[in-house]
Amino acid sequence: MNEMSPDGYTTEDGRKIGGVVMEMRNITLRFGGVVAIKDISFDIREGEIRAIIGPNGAGKSSMLNVISGFYHPQEGEVWYRGARRPAMKPFQVARQGIARTFQNIALFDGMTVLDNIMTGRLNHMSASFIDQALWWGKAQREEVKNRRVAEEVIDFLEIQNIRKTPVGRLPYGLKKRVELARALVAEPSILLLDEPMAGMNVEEKEDMSRFILDVNDEFGTTIALIEHDMGVVMDLSDRVVVMDYGKKIGDGTPDEVRNNPDVIDAYLGVAHD
Amino acid sequence: MADVTAAAGIPASVPALLARNVAQFGSKPAYREKEFGIWQSWTWAEAAEEIDAIAYGLLALGVDRGDYIAVIGQNRPALYWSMVAAQKVGAIPVPLYQDAVAEEMAYVLEHCGARFVIAGDQEQVDKVIEVQDTVHCIEHIIYQDARGLRKYDHSKLHSLEAIQAEGRAAQERFEKELATREAELGWDSTCVMLYTSGTTGKPKGVVLSNKNIIATSKNSAEFDDLRPGDEVLAYLPMAWVGDFIFSIGQAMWTGFCVNCPESPETMMTNLREIGPTYYFAPPRVFETQLTNVMIRMEDASKPKQRMFRYFMDHARKVGPKLLDGKPVGFMDRLKYNLGETLVYGPLKNTLGFSRVRVGYTAGEAIGPEIFDFYRSLGINLKQLYGQTEASVFITQQPDNEVRPDTVGVPSPGVEIRIDDNGEVYYRSPGVFVEYYKNAESTASTKDGEGWVATGDAGFIEPDTGHLRIIDRAKDVGKMADGRLFAPKYVENKLKFFPNILEAVVFGSGRDYCTAFINIDLTAVGNWAERNNISYSSYQELAQHPKVLETIQGHVEEVNRSVAEDEMLSGCQIHRFLVLHKELDADDGELTRTRKVRRRIIEEKFADLIAALYGGSDSVYTETEVTYEDGRKGKIKATLNIRDAKVADEVDRKKVAAE
Repeated sequence: MNEMSPDGYTTEDGRKIGGVVMEMRNITLRFGGVVAIKDISFDIREGEIRAIIGPNGAGKSSMLNVISGFYHPQEGEVWYRGARRPAMKPFQVARQGIARTFQNIALFDGMTVLDNIMTGRLNHMSASFIDQALWWGKAQREEVKNRRVAEEVIDFLEIQNIRKTPVGRLPYGLKKRVELARALVAEPSILLLDEPMAGMNVEEKEDMSRFILDVNDEFGTTIALIEHDMGVVMDLSDRVVVMDYGKKIGDGTPDEVRNNPDVIDAYLGVAHD
Repeated sequence: MADVTAAAGIPASVPALLARNVAQFGSKPAYREKEFGIWQSWTWAEAAEEIDAIAYGLLALGVDRGDYIAVIGQNRPALYWSMVAAQKVGAIPVPLYQDAVAEEMAYVLEHCGARFVIAGDQEQVDKVIEVQDTVHCIEHIIYQDARGLRKYDHSKLHSLEAIQAEGRAAQERFEKELATREAELGWDSTCVMLYTSGTTGKPKGVVLSNKNIIATSKNSAEFDDLRPGDEVLAYLPMAWVGDFIFSIGQAMWTGFCVNCPESPETMMTNLREIGPTYYFAPPRVFETQLTNVMIRMEDASKPKQRMFRYFMDHARKVGPKLLDGKPVGFMDRLKYNLGETLVYGPLKNTLGFSRVRVGYTAGEAIGPEIFDFYRSLGINLKQLYGQTEASVFITQQPDNEVRPDTVGVPSPGVEIRIDDNGEVYYRSPGVFVEYYKNAESTASTKDGEGWVATGDAGFIEPDTGHLRIIDRAKDVGKMADGRLFAPKYVENKLKFFPNILEAVVFGSGRDYCTAFINIDLTAVGNWAERNNISYSSYQELAQHPKVLETIQGHVEEVNRSVAEDEMLSGCQIHRFLVLHKELDADDGELTRTRKVRRRIIEEKFADLIAALYGGSDSVYTETEVTYEDGRKGKIKATLNIRDAKVADEVDRKKVAAE
């Protein structure tokens, strides 16, 4: 990784990865006396698929919550597009173009897939309350445009057949896909995925992997994902950060990480002889 | 016949028909496609402009007269346009089955020597690129949906949009050339080449001329009084001759509108939105719809269930009569009208059949109960009998003469003859030109006078003139003791049970008949759910003792009904087993149109057949399966073999009692 230029690099399959868009500098996060994240630094580059992995309780989700602005670290700085990011509310972070999905699906069960997806366009709506209530002028124009974006994503993720189905009736794998759709309609520049493949069967995992790659490929979206399944992560990501007990124990390409002795120890356990 | 119509000033090619439609119905909708949640439509004039753009683009790409252009993908207006554009430039469109795996595709592409391929999406492009290791004739691939293809090497790969843009830019340059080539098209030039799925051996390329397609479309459209303003839903494979006749032949001839669903999964929703007036579906689709209705009625509230049953009973009694215009009592009419408001109307609306004026089913026999169900609702569902080699139509049922057990009278312009062995022969203006590069097969199928062997055994009912088909001629055999063996006859009876998806009966040259059964996962799964029966896999459900018991009941019921037919009473099933996997086209067990491939099944499951004819009551087996991505795996299972009661004895007793 050292030979990587500040302007980016080219992956083995010929994708162009840009410069750094987001940087974590010496992040430490504490909950009372518990240290969830201890002095971690890493960066995310434009257009890459960046994975954060680690055993249970390693602090992965906390890290993602720091990126999404839900947690505010006690120490360290988050740099976004060349500027230090002040402490922000999650909705302000979302307006900067960062969208996310959740580990335990957070959709509105009683609403249809389409309505759920449309909620993801909230940041792109600026019509006044009166316009919205009267369904008039700007509100109408915006709705048409937002619906079009939603429909493009529905087409992209191949969920046309469940467009009008209430989310509560869908199987788990599809709910995950709807969540991804909702994040995508926000037209994010960085997409955060919290265990997108947890609890899926092999076929669902393959589908989801393909969609993640397609999103990255088609829209050029930068993706940061947390995942448990090592196999999936290694196939999918360009670079991987490995965490264990709140510390960073590895960072690099999948191959580098796979051969890193600390990582092997963390995952397979250490033989103390 | 051909000369008469040609002389009557009828357009002699599909592009000529298109030009006529533009002049006559220019601003009427010709194609619709649901995209981004909205039905987008194109008028005849707009469609013609798109087709021209593709045609110019193809010329710019260097398409020659007589080139073969393969078209692969799900039903999309752009792909239909591509076929017409190909005809315009003097090339021959060859639609292929989109769900074919790469090897199957390789054979066809090699056989026709396709220089160009027009593919729907990345999936199809990937397959074509894959087969290029062995197939070297392909020069350019054109795709419609760019998704996922951006990073591919674009030296030989083009988007259809780009081709059209190039075509529009080059219009002036090629205007003359296109006009010349279009003018050369005539009655006898090739309209399309379609590969038959082939229940045996390699697929054969059936060459159909403009005369075949246009004469057949004209005759059949007049037979059913199709008119501009009719709507069809184009959802069946484009490689299938029926879709070509409905969505291109008849659509061009009558000028009706072709609607393409959003995706295969949304077909039912789209059907409801469009409400076609002319509809075609294989029996399987009608079966699935009926099964779904019944499953949902089971979950409905008690009063609704009672209302549904009450009015459906009444509909079965008088519905078909009303449809055939037979006399029905005043009170019965009144009750039927009430039922129409309360049950039939809403049900038809849910199914998308509110506006159906003419509905057809063909390809396989349809269960009498299923057939009557739809007819009793007032849907004019009819049967036809056809083949690729006949440009579909051989016989069809006229209005008011519809019965579940016949396939109708000869279509207009078709002559029929039954030979001494009972095989059906036909001769018509739709009879194909030849099998491409296969003079031997052409000669063995079509004789010098134009009579074509169907390969089906049947007879014409003396009173009504309707044709009845018994079975494939080559499948009809003799059992060891000389009794007649007609497997499909029995299989169809089995398949009429909602719980049974597929059945294969064996018995040629044997002492008794046996059967493989495939359960229908939707129906049996729902039943299991309602009865608190838990299962973890298809395999486990298939071997559940209660499922086996139910299936045994069905088999025995079929045995009783088979026993009633003197000629075929030998075909009763003595032993059967329920298969551990669904028969699948990917494993070669079915054709792409889902017909059973007997020989292959016999070879593949030889161990199971041996067990059926052995004495044991269970058998262990390992079966190779192909996953959707082409990888192979193995399923291991121990299958139960059951003895079914045979009705002979019952019959004899009854005879004795009488």
